[in-house]
Amino acid sequence: MITKEATKVAPAPARPTLDPPRPLKAGHNWDEVPRWQIYLPLSIYLVFTLIPFYWILLFAVRPPGSTSLLPWPMTFQHFEKVWTERSFGTYFENSVLVGVATLLMTTLVALAGGYALARFNFKVKRAFMLGLLCSQFVPGALLLVPLFEIFAELQMINSLGSVILAETVFQLPLSIILISNFIKNVPYSLEEAAWVDGCNRFTAFRIVVLPLLRPGLIAVGSFAFVHSWNHFLFALMFLNNQEKQTIPVGLNTLMSADSVDLGALAAGGIIAAVPVVVVFAFIQKWLITGFSAGAVKG
Amino acid sequence: MAQAAAVAKPPAPPRRRRTSATPRRLPYLLIAPAALLMLGFIAYPVLSVFYYSLQNYNPTKPWRNGYAGFDNFVHAFTTDPVFWDTLVFSAKWVVVEVGLQLLFGLALALIVNQTFAGRALGRAMVFSPWAVSGVLTSAIWVLLYNSQTGITRYLADMGIGSYGTSWLSDTSTVFPAAIVADLWRGVPFFAILILADLQSVSKDLYEAAEVDGASRIQQFWHITLPHLKDAIVLSTLLRAVWEFNNVDLLYTLTGGGPAGETTTLPLYIANTSVDAHNFGYASALTTVAFVILLFCSMVYLRLSKFGGQDK
Repeated sequence: MITKEATKVAPAPARPTLDPPRPLKAGHNWDEVPRWQIYLPLSIYLVFTLIPFYWILLFAVRPPGSTSLLPWPMTFQHFEKVWTERSFGTYFENSVLVGVATLLMTTLVALAGGYALARFNFKVKRAFMLGLLCSQFVPGALLLVPLFEIFAELQMINSLGSVILAETVFQLPLSIILISNFIKNVPYSLEEAAWVDGCNRFTAFRIVVLPLLRPGLIAVGSFAFVHSWNHFLFALMFLNNQEKQTIPVGLNTLMSADSVDLGALAAGGIIAAVPVVVVFAFIQKWLITGFSAGAVKG
Repeated sequence: MAQAAAVAKPPAPPRRRRTSATPRRLPYLLIAPAALLMLGFIAYPVLSVFYYSLQNYNPTKPWRNGYAGFDNFVHAFTTDPVFWDTLVFSAKWVVVEVGLQLLFGLALALIVNQTFAGRALGRAMVFSPWAVSGVLTSAIWVLLYNSQTGITRYLADMGIGSYGTSWLSDTSTVFPAAIVADLWRGVPFFAILILADLQSVSKDLYEAAEVDGASRIQQFWHITLPHLKDAIVLSTLLRAVWEFNNVDLLYTLTGGGPAGETTTLPLYIANTSVDAHNFGYASALTTVAFVILLFCSMVYLRLSKFGGQDK
């Protein structure tokens, strides 16, 4: 296929319409796209994508005061400093806890809700779906004040539970919609067959539907993890105690310090990036199948 | 959604759904956790925002608290010098950002949908910034834009820009600088969504078009684009709402500055409530933001004839 830029440079030659139909190749006709029309724009985009990553790596391993553009000589002092003096070790643990708990809660609650939407007709179904859609327009950041009051009332300020709850709630609408679409793609007759064989609804779901849902669940779960890992306002608002803070808040502190320590900022950034990049690289394949199965066609 | 509307008609459709030993309560039990969480932590806060918008509410000035009627709204629209500026900037931000993301995201999706050597690696690299968001994006671009050691310095060596200026503290460069930083992580997201939908275009259509002698550009306009329409409409809308609401990036990248040049309405609201503790006024602004979002989304869906009969 073609990009806008590419077409300007080299308009595809008009094919004479009277050509006899050629035998169709295996694969499809996009294989005819000239290679340079793929590699050139892709390379340009890759440079744009990778320079910031390179830059942060460079700053993280460069000794203070160096202006070299190569990461040599290499030092890990920034990492040590950030991990111990700036308590990124603690932040990291907290973030992992928040991320994993959000992932589990979101997936479980959304699985239940998604199953109900996919397989049942019930009275409040329409209202529930409308609620899910409307909540997409509710800006989480703007509900900070009432949420703060609720958590204060529940005595949850300064406990990670408040952030986990808030992150879960704001992940739920999209997760439910996604999961219910994934479940709709699993033929109902498969489940019915399992009932005939003597399974109850739950076992039928567990042994028939759940394995087929794996790509979808990975997509939804990783979404929840990555979002809660990166999101910062809830943690900033609901956790006052430094011991309870998460990685993004730590990064923000590094950035707003009076004299910004660029080496520390870069090292902190890498510590923040590594888990999500690893998760992401691992799930990339499922993510796209997961999305094409259910996301956009809600 | 048409689908949902069809199945949700009050009398249960005559399908043999209830043949199993399923208690009628089961669906309600299943949605209960989600429904309760959302009622408690989304619906109730939304309602209390509406309530506070009619109040003077500032915990640091409790003697002035109480019912205010529509004073907060009147103040916003008539006497607040910042409000209109933030509205204009929000509109500018969303339109430019989402427009560019759509354009580049579409191009990128079309490219990585091809078969070529190194595709898996290429995709993974191109998509990787998506995983990096908010504060981390800001941290990275703060490093890049740093006036002493950032990339600006090396660009100045090559005659692009000038020495010692940070693009983030200059009113003439801060907008494009912030746009580029946000594009970096926003384009991959768009590309992923569009790529997902691209993969479901039937190859037969292209083969048929090929036989009929359609050029690649014609195939794009008459097969690919119509097929992607719903996905594009929906992801553009979600992205616009997200770009409008998201404060993480601008809050940490520019803090809304310099001189309020990059303050969106939500950022202004966050500052009003978190820093100035003026919760009543912030709630009124939130209400305005909410109404604007709903209105724009409805107009957009109507204009784009989303889910119309053309498919």
